[in-house]
Amino acid sequence: MAKRETKRLSSPQELEALRKSIIEKRDHNKPCITICGGTGCLALAAQDVITGFRREIQEQGLETKVDIRITGCPGFCERGPLVVIKPENILYQQVKGEDVPEIVSATVKGNIVDRLLYTDPNTGKKITYEHEVPFYRKQKRLLLGDNSNIDPTEIRDYLALGGYAALSKVLFEMSPEQIIEEVKKSGLRGRGGGGFPTGVKWETCRQAQGDTRYIICNCDEGDPGAFMDRSLMEGNPHSVLEGMIIGAYAIGGHEGYIYVRNEYPLAVKNAQIAIEQTEEHGLLGKNILGSGFDFTVRISRGGGAFVCGESTALMASLEGKVGEPRAKYVHTVEKGLWEQPTNLNNVETWANVPLIIKNGADWYSKVGTEGSKGTKIFSLVGKINNTGLVEVPMGISLREIIYDIGGGIPGGKKFKAVQTGGPSGGCIPESLLDLPVDFDQLTKVGSMMGSGGMIVMDENSCMVDIAKYFIGFLEGESCGKCVPCREGLKRMGQILTDITEGRGKEGDIELLERLSAAITDSSLCALGSTASNPVLTTIRYFRDEYEAHIRDKRCPAGVCKELITYLIDEEKCPGCGLCVKACPVEAITFMGKKKPVVLDQEKCIKCGICYDVCKLDAVIKK
Amino acid sequence: MVTLTIDGREVQAEEGTTILEAARESNIYIPTLCYHEEVTPYGACRLCLVEVARNGREKLVASCLYEVAEGLRVKTNSERIASNRKMIMELLLARCPNNKAIQDLARQLGVEKTSFKLEDKQCILCALCVRVCQEVVGVSAISLVNRGVDRQMATPFYEPSDVCIGCGACAYVCPTGAIGFEDVGDTRYIHWPNNKMEFKLRKCKTCGNYWAPEKQLDYIIKKANLSPDAFDNCPDCRD
Repeated sequence: MAKRETKRLSSPQELEALRKSIIEKRDHNKPCITICGGTGCLALAAQDVITGFRREIQEQGLETKVDIRITGCPGFCERGPLVVIKPENILYQQVKGEDVPEIVSATVKGNIVDRLLYTDPNTGKKITYEHEVPFYRKQKRLLLGDNSNIDPTEIRDYLALGGYAALSKVLFEMSPEQIIEEVKKSGLRGRGGGGFPTGVKWETCRQAQGDTRYIICNCDEGDPGAFMDRSLMEGNPHSVLEGMIIGAYAIGGHEGYIYVRNEYPLAVKNAQIAIEQTEEHGLLGKNILGSGFDFTVRISRGGGAFVCGESTALMASLEGKVGEPRAKYVHTVEKGLWEQPTNLNNVETWANVPLIIKNGADWYSKVGTEGSKGTKIFSLVGKINNTGLVEVPMGISLREIIYDIGGGIPGGKKFKAVQTGGPSGGCIPESLLDLPVDFDQLTKVGSMMGSGGMIVMDENSCMVDIAKYFIGFLEGESCGKCVPCREGLKRMGQILTDITEGRGKEGDIELLERLSAAITDSSLCALGSTASNPVLTTIRYFRDEYEAHIRDKRCPAGVCKELITYLIDEEKCPGCGLCVKACPVEAITFMGKKKPVVLDQEKCIKCGICYDVCKLDAVIKK
Repeated sequence: MVTLTIDGREVQAEEGTTILEAARESNIYIPTLCYHEEVTPYGACRLCLVEVARNGREKLVASCLYEVAEGLRVKTNSERIASNRKMIMELLLARCPNNKAIQDLARQLGVEKTSFKLEDKQCILCALCVRVCQEVVGVSAISLVNRGVDRQMATPFYEPSDVCIGCGACAYVCPTGAIGFEDVGDTRYIHWPNNKMEFKLRKCKTCGNYWAPEKQLDYIIKKANLSPDAFDNCPDCRD
């Protein structure tokens, strides 16, 4: 990136003048090749593609004809690395380094590379434009939309799209009270999991007594399989920063922190660059835009403990102490970081703020349901065709997310359950797929919104095993301070392990229920009080699976190793020997051509490799 | 002063005090394991849970941390509280089945046996020792190490502590007797659940008895700015 002379902006007029000059200098008809530089695509070797494009454009001397932009994550991770040609939004998927020359020459000539387009699995037809791909069609990408339009390391891209106009508006046209009123009216609720009304939180913090007020952005997303906040922070850090500065002005805070986990190196880097650029432009620091308002933001890197996403544990960690929660009888908005009033919001919550200010609360509250306004980002993972990041209006049904956007379950398998809300969310069965997704509906069925994880499970998932997995995760992440969470989750894990290994007893289900009730009711923080959800919901909706494990010593999904046996179907087995070669413990013996093989149950470790390699269904799982 | 109701009784308490303190003042019993008036409340054992009614909603709170308020209605014993306490005691009894203090409290709260597999520990990780060492003694020789189910009370890296003065305050506050403490001849032995240390005792110049750890006496002399010979004699032989 070339170093430019930056002048500190000292009035709204100067901001608008800069914006105008950025926009005027850009040729909007010039094709721009945008390449996803998000973590998902980078893991799929997007760096080769990026390097390839840079080299190709330079070698062919096309700098004046084509622009390149490395952007954040547009969400369709399943099909990465993703390349989108602007302004038409032609989507190329699964692009490799060797595809680069072809894309460049097609783009210059205004042609399309057919073979790299997405094929609709339902119709078999190629789809040219991003917005026509079913994955995107039902989404409402108010927050994620700009991820593919801006280079997150380039404040000019954000400014060109109207960035920091909301900040300018609040500083010069609105009083703090008016901002809080607007946020309250919008109906925005905290996206970190709790769903607390954001405006009310701000108001309480503004009114709290203290020497100073702190503003915190929680980017400690730790749910397995979740990357909503990560992608926002990586892809559009300025939207988060702008939200924080507006919040700070409304609340009356002058110091802010972004608490981001160190395992998110790109998010840390992009947030740091964004802070430096906003400071250089006079949009952060002393006397912001000449308004007299001061606000600084610093980054604090978290060590990766899941519990540090809990606000009081996060603040302890920020203070340099062990990240353990404390009781919140005195709320953190009154006594938080260093005992001062502290307003903490999640990444996604902050990113919503500029939108609300720019477009108004009435516009914002048109999207969503009665009690949950706006959109929500989910990371859609697990047994789903279109793994990725989706942003949908509140109130959309689970079925639409899973089937219309997610493209259904791979391999023609049957859907079994979807877990929402991270590890301490609940598993929702097929009978509830038409449930409108919002804070209150998800809670009603025993799950929660959480921060937006969505894990899909198919018929081959054992629900007892799933519960065991999540309890195992939470047991490992419990801080260990209070008895019910530390000792209770350990016992829960032991009981679930016993059930999945054939040692389940009558009464185990009732004991799990009794234990869950106490852990929920008596734990010190939300980690403990929500931890039983996976157990309670799987018992509620899949009790028959628990009973099969306990009474019949059978795992209906064929997952729990101790409860399954592999057998050779002698009628079907032609003795090809494929399984004999594949077996890692030599438990299968070759008996001669056209004779069925023999499996020694004593030696078998139930790894299932024979079952997977057999092409003739001659290995039976019982 | 504020007026609140505990189990139907009107109780006066000073603002800023906790429900537990107010209840104790009025001789209302609430079981606890991790509370001690000399250190900051911690809220870890969860036995002191009580029900409070506020804004029409009843919620369970740790009475050692929840502050009194005018008109607050508190229940210290309800079915909900009892069933939570029983489950907590079942969990503690499974952790420390052979500990007398835990056995007694379990019995008192109506728990005769536990539904879970038995371990054989003595420490319940209430952190009273850690808090007393930090807040009262002021040396922070011990702390809680590791996270979650692996949590333990220990000195840093399980090595003999440079700063421990051998005062034994940790053993004194331990509610389960998990910390052993013994003076034999000229040596004091402290046995923590995961490591142990020895301390040389000072000999009284008059009677010749060994009476306190050298390190502890040096620490007090330095901290209170006393004369170096302040503790040459044991308390019995001092003027």
